[in-house]
Amino acid sequence: MGTKKTSLYQLHQDCNAKFVEFAGYHMPIQYSEGIVEEHKFTRNHSGIFDVSHMGQLFIYGGEELIKDLEKIFPLDLKNLKLNHSKYSFLMDKDAGIQDDLIITKIDEGFLIILNAACKDNDFKILKELLKEKYKMVLDENRSLIAIQGPKSSQILNELVDGVKDLNFMSGNWFLFDNQKVYITRSGYTGEDGFEISILNNYADKLTRELINKGSKLAGLGARDTLRLEAGLCLYGHDLDKDKTPVEANLKWAISKERISKGDFIGSDIIIKQLNDGVTKIRVGIKPEGRIIAREKTKIFNQSDVHIGEITSGTFGPSVNGPVAMGYVENEFSKKNTKVFLEVRGKKYAANICSLPFYKKSYVKGVNQ
Amino acid sequence: MSEVKYSKEHEWIKLEGDVATIGITKHATEMLGDIVFAELPEKGSNVEKDGTAGVVESTKAASDVYTPVSGEVVDTNQEIVDDPSKINQDPENSAWFFKLKIKDKSEMDSLMNKDDYDKFAKENNT
Repeated sequence: MGTKKTSLYQLHQDCNAKFVEFAGYHMPIQYSEGIVEEHKFTRNHSGIFDVSHMGQLFIYGGEELIKDLEKIFPLDLKNLKLNHSKYSFLMDKDAGIQDDLIITKIDEGFLIILNAACKDNDFKILKELLKEKYKMVLDENRSLIAIQGPKSSQILNELVDGVKDLNFMSGNWFLFDNQKVYITRSGYTGEDGFEISILNNYADKLTRELINKGSKLAGLGARDTLRLEAGLCLYGHDLDKDKTPVEANLKWAISKERISKGDFIGSDIIIKQLNDGVTKIRVGIKPEGRIIAREKTKIFNQSDVHIGEITSGTFGPSVNGPVAMGYVENEFSKKNTKVFLEVRGKKYAANICSLPFYKKSYVKGVNQ
Repeated sequence: MSEVKYSKEHEWIKLEGDVATIGITKHATEMLGDIVFAELPEKGSNVEKDGTAGVVESTKAASDVYTPVSGEVVDTNQEIVDDPSKINQDPENSAWFFKLKIKDKSEMDSLMNKDDYDKFAKENNT
């Protein structure tokens, strides 16, 4: 099977994209202005990201589906309101994370946005777990376009009236060019923004109109620096099967009500870790100088003992310095703990810090 | 006139007397993207032809900088360490990396002239 193209491929080419293969897709890593400019433009104005490689899984069903999904996801789905979204994970029985995802309650069931590299496997796992009781569609006919940054609400609302009234982590069906589009107020950059699920044939037109209104395309490179500054995890790097949500410091995403019942896949381990603590935990790490500590960089304590590893690290254009995340032994996870990062054979000082590196409110009207 | 030559690792080298100024080519900066970190050799240290003599990093990845000739490092450009974006702005002029007092001028002979390098860069556009 060859590398796939999204429905924006031609547009990416027209905008001088540099392509990389990512999860079996030709994806734009950057355009002619470069990662730093695309990053800053998204923070200050509005950036458009083609995330059509991500899985859009529709599962159709009612009350019984809610009960069955609660056996899988650590979420209070019966109280999830129509058109509201939650961040969650698909775990194995040891609470290892097989994927992280956003699940939204829609009229006929649920829409789950999955990582591109995991989506086919997720589909298989969920089909088995749900015993093929429900209609499940991993929709290849729809593109997913994210528009992120402070001007996005105004720009998108000019094309799709009413989106500006959506609350964060909620969505609805709207019309664009007389076609039904599902839009959620969400994203993965630490900015206010939207994700638009639209039929492939209309994705190019919508994106070109967003560009005409002043937004600009931004590639996967900027998406990575933006999400890392925002302290958000990237599956396959910061999250994988060897890490649990508690270790990943994502326990805020686990429903307390569901923990008290403990009847979801991986709940034994989650409850044990919540009670007894964990040996390793995800933290933010800020190198003291300009040195960039990338994935797999070893972390040492002040006595030169190996205590962990970086899982994501880059230069943060808005922070104007290096930023990283990684896992350290729990006793070294306190804010302001001094650690050392081994880069090209030398050790460099860094500090454990709280996340995100770059703070911005998702709520409209709040001073930034 | 001083002579500028180019290496297959995309460094340029300008020889004036027995002091060579070395940097990376515009083509190299275009391949790397936005440069956000630069590390240079220590002043007074000796570097060997084709050995590493620094590092540049883009938002995406780290790349070694090689020296096309051997010599003693007599000067380094602190400006590009303090503001690595200068390397993208003016790579073949003000954003030089380091200066060497070179040992053996004949090491220059195997390097490419501008026309040959431009052709090489076009063919190795990866």
